[in-house]
This record gives sequence, structure tokens and C-alpha cells, in this order.
Amino acid sequence: MNYDQLLAPAAKAMRPSGIRKFFDLAADMPHCISLGVGEPDFKTPWSIRDAGIRSLEQGKTKYTANAGIKELRAEICRYLARRMDLEYQPENVLVTVGGSEAIDLTIRALVSPGDEVIIPEPCFVCYEPITQLTGGVPVPIATKAEDEFRLTPEALRAAITPRTKLLVLPFPNNPTGAVMDRDSLEAIAEVLRGTDIMVLSDEIYAELTYGLDRHVSIASLPGMKDRTIVVNGFSKAYAMTGWRLGYAVGPQPVIAVMTKIHQSCIMSAPTTSQYAAITALRSCDDEIEIMRDEYNRRRRYVVKALNDMGLTCFEPRGAFYVFPCIRVSGLTSEEFCERLLREQEVAIVPGDAFGASGEGFARISYAYSVDHLETAMRRIRRFLQEHGWLEEQK
Amino acid sequence: MEELLHILEKNARLPVEDIAAMLDKTPAEVAAMMDEAAEKGCIRGYEALIDWERAGVNLVEASIELHVSPRKSRGFDEIASVIASFDEVDSVLLMSGGYDLQVTVKGRSFQEIALFVAKRLSPLDDVLSTATSFVLRTYKRGGRLYQNEEADDRECTVL
Ligand SMILES: Cc1ncc(COP(=O)(O)O)c(C=O)c1O
Repeated sequence: MNYDQLLAPAAKAMRPSGIRKFFDLAADMPHCISLGVGEPDFKTPWSIRDAGIRSLEQGKTKYTANAGIKELRAEICRYLARRMDLEYQPENVLVTVGGSEAIDLTIRALVSPGDEVIIPEPCFVCYEPITQLTGGVPVPIATKAEDEFRLTPEALRAAITPRTKLLVLPFPNNPTGAVMDRDSLEAIAEVLRGTDIMVLSDEIYAELTYGLDRHVSIASLPGMKDRTIVVNGFSKAYAMTGWRLGYAVGPQPVIAVMTKIHQSCIMSAPTTSQYAAITALRSCDDEIEIMRDEYNRRRRYVVKALNDMGLTCFEPRGAFYVFPCIRVSGLTSEEFCERLLREQEVAIVPGDAFGASGEGFARISYAYSVDHLETAMRRIRRFLQEHGWLEEQK
Repeated sequence: MEELLHILEKNARLPVEDIAAMLDKTPAEVAAMMDEAAEKGCIRGYEALIDWERAGVNLVEASIELHVSPRKSRGFDEIASVIASFDEVDSVLLMSGGYDLQVTVKGRSFQEIALFVAKRLSPLDDVLSTATSFVLRTYKRGGRLYQNEEADDRECTVL
């Protein structure tokens, strides 16, 4: 068989993850210490696991309604009202297999061939390939360190064309840790009002923000709810990555079409996970706080440690990543990370894996214990010292 | 202060500078807080969690459940502090439930501990009975696993 000829061109053209070989290399190093993963190190809080187990004991092992258990959808609405200042009804909610599926469905429901999708980079890498699979055209916008990696209204305005269909708003951001505060969002909203552009607001890290202000959803700004699909989920806030559960909320006509696609290719999100998630939303606000406080301590520690060794990073206010600049080394991101891996056996992710504008940076996850972070920081410091990239202070 | 104590409880060896970064305070402030906590007696000491078995050192540990007769005026305090004053004794806790005091004792051998119980604990006037259980194996102590450390099995990079 000539598979090369058989495979669909759009699928074949998907950007291969260059990072794969890099992490295969890491996997062969027994003493390698990784700061590479993008999921919580916490276990799912016990009460949530227990709720999943109880649902199994009760034999709740069937499909659920396509859009998700009604009780869960109602609970999602209460949660969004309580914590995100968003008012939705259960018919505005679709429960999905992770935020990932919600992103896929949003793009597939809205984007036709030739439609442009504006994607601020560096960012999580799924938006671009999914857009390309629909025949849409990704239009990247580079966000900059000097803007604290926020999307600016000027950059957005410059990227809009008559073919623009969708703006992806990935904040709090993976990999930069950037957040958009209310004023920055208002400036973006102002550009969009009066256009037909929809917004996919990926708010999967909404519970993980640090500082005085809580996360603000663009859907909560005047006039924005009708053009916004909010994607959220349980992976990050409740340390539930393996349960594969997320959701989208938005205007009913869009959610209805997304539900049709979901019905055809997924049927319904995992039943056990849905029952567990009801408990998560009902009784785990405190657990979120405990985990967030722990991330916050690590975040402050890592930011200071990196700045002290001359890998400058702006202070990330969300998610669990820091995004230091590695240009003092004179290397590309990929060279820097590969040499750090080979010489000191520390695995971090080159910034350009998240889009061309990530070049010159690297992503460090702090979803690790303090002991683990300390060891890693010592090795990175040694790496810089051995190459003369670190002026000895004091 | 509570946050500082939680950090120290998990890892007492963190440099003051790092703790200061975590708490968004200056190192001097953190040092002052630690002094204050020590003066107030909130911090009772710093010690290492040692796996003596792995270190190849023979050490025997026993947990002793005591029934005692409390005194009218001072309740359990008097007998508890008498027992606490023995060097062999590692901890003394007043318990709710089926017995009164839980005493842990460390020694070089079973005989040493048996002798301690027979010659020093049991003869005390207020001690009514003792039940000694020897520790066979430590699986977790101070929040740390001693046998099978949990491996980090996260594989997905998430780009
Ligand atoms: C920005 C962003 N969005 C969405 C997801 C998808 O998460 P999940 O599918 O587990 O809900 C991730 C996962 O890392 C992410 O970083």
C-alpha cells in the first residue's frame, strides 16, 4: 500500500511535534529531572475520586445524555455564576472529553474552508492543526515579553480581515503564564464589538491565577456573551487530567451544532468522570485554594531563582508555567534545551514549540514538588556557570 | 506565620532566601518569624527523617499502650511528664479511646526495650497496665514514603 498517497493531505501536513525526539532522549536518561509536563502533580482530591467510585458501585456505567448529565450541566452553571461571574442555562452547556474536545468542536462548528482564525502565540499547540484540518487559515499574532505576553488591541486590529471568523483567546496562557486583566480584555472586546468575529476563550487555567484579581472571562464583559464560546474543564483546577472531562458554554445555536458533532464522534463524555465532576463542583472550592496556594509558593520561588541566575522572566500570573528568556546563552531555544538536557539532565521545553514567537524562551513547569524544583534550579545554575553565562554575583 | 510553619514542616532545610521568595517577604522578615516561632515554642526542633533500616543500623522501636490512674488534682499530666522524662522515650501522647497514654520507645534491641518496660515503666505506681507492640516495618513517616517511593508517572508533555 502506498500510504503516503492514501493519507489525507491535510492530516499529513499537520505539524509533527519536533519535541517528541527530544523527550524520547529524556526518557532514556534515568537521572533526568523533568520540568516538562503540563499537568498537576497533585492527585485528584479524594472526595472526587470517591464520588467516581460510588457511581461505579451503583452501576452507573451507561452512556449519559449526549450533552452531559443534566445535574452536571446545572452544577456547571452554578459554578460559573459563583466563581466566574457568568450566567448560563444548562442548554448553553456541552460536556466534553476534556477542554481539548471542546476546542475541537468550537473550531469545527464555526470555521469553513478559507476562514481565518486569529491565534495569539506562543500558545498551546492544538488550535493551529485543528484549524488547518477544517480548511481554515491560522493567523498567528506574536505576543511579546514587553507586553507581558498579552494580546494588544493594536495587534488584533492589524490581523483582522474580512475573512476573520474566530479569535482564540488562550488566557491564562500556556506556556507564558500571562493573564488578561479586565482592562486588557475590555480593549480587545472594543475591537470586536460591531464585527462578526466569534471568540474561543480557552479558560482551562481560570482557577490558577495569582495575585489580587481573580480571572476575568471575556464573556462577562458587556455585549461579549453572544459571540463567545468559553472552554473550561476539570483537568487543571481539580487535578483531573486523566478523567478527560471538560465543557464548552456559549450561545445555544452554536452549542447545539457542537452537540451534533459530539453526538456523532464521541456519543457522551465518560460517565464515571461526569459523576465525579458533580462532586468537584459542589464541594471542592477549598481544595482548589489549597493547590493554588501551593503553586503560588513554587511560582514565586522559581521566578526568583531564575531571575537570580540571569534567566529573566516576567512574573507569570496564571497557569503553572514560567517562561524565562534564554538569550544570554546566545543559543536558540532548541539548542539551549537540548544541551541542558544532555549536560545536566534537566528537561524543559523550548519556547518555539509554542509558536515562532516563543523563540528565545523556554517553558518551565512548576507542577513539581519544591524538592524537585530545587534540584532542577541547582542544575540549571551549574549549566549556566559552566558555560560562563552567569556572572558570579556577591 | 501558619504558612511558614507549613513550609518548614515539609522541608526544614530550605534556605531562608527561598522561603522568603515563596512567601513574598524579605529574608530578614522570614528569619525574624522563625526566631519568633522558636521563642514561642511553636517550632519544637528540627530533625531529619532517617530510614535506619536502609542505613544498615539496627534500631528497634516499640509502641506501648498504657492504662494509668489519673490523679485527682493534676489528671494525667503528672504521670505523663514522669514518663516523658525517660531518655528512651521518643513520644508520649494522651489518647482518646481504649487506653490512656501512647508511648513510643526506641532502643538497640528487643531486650533493651523489654527491660525498660519491665524495670522502669511497669513499676510506676500510677501505671496500671502496659501493652507493648514492636514496629516491624516503616512504610510512611513524616509524610514520606519509606518503601516504594511513588514514581512520577506523568508522561504527557502538553504543548
Ligand atoms: C491551554 C490549554 N487548553 C486546553 C488544554 C486541554 O486540557 P484538557 O483536554 O485536559 O481539558 C490544555 C492542556 O494542557 C491547555 O494547556
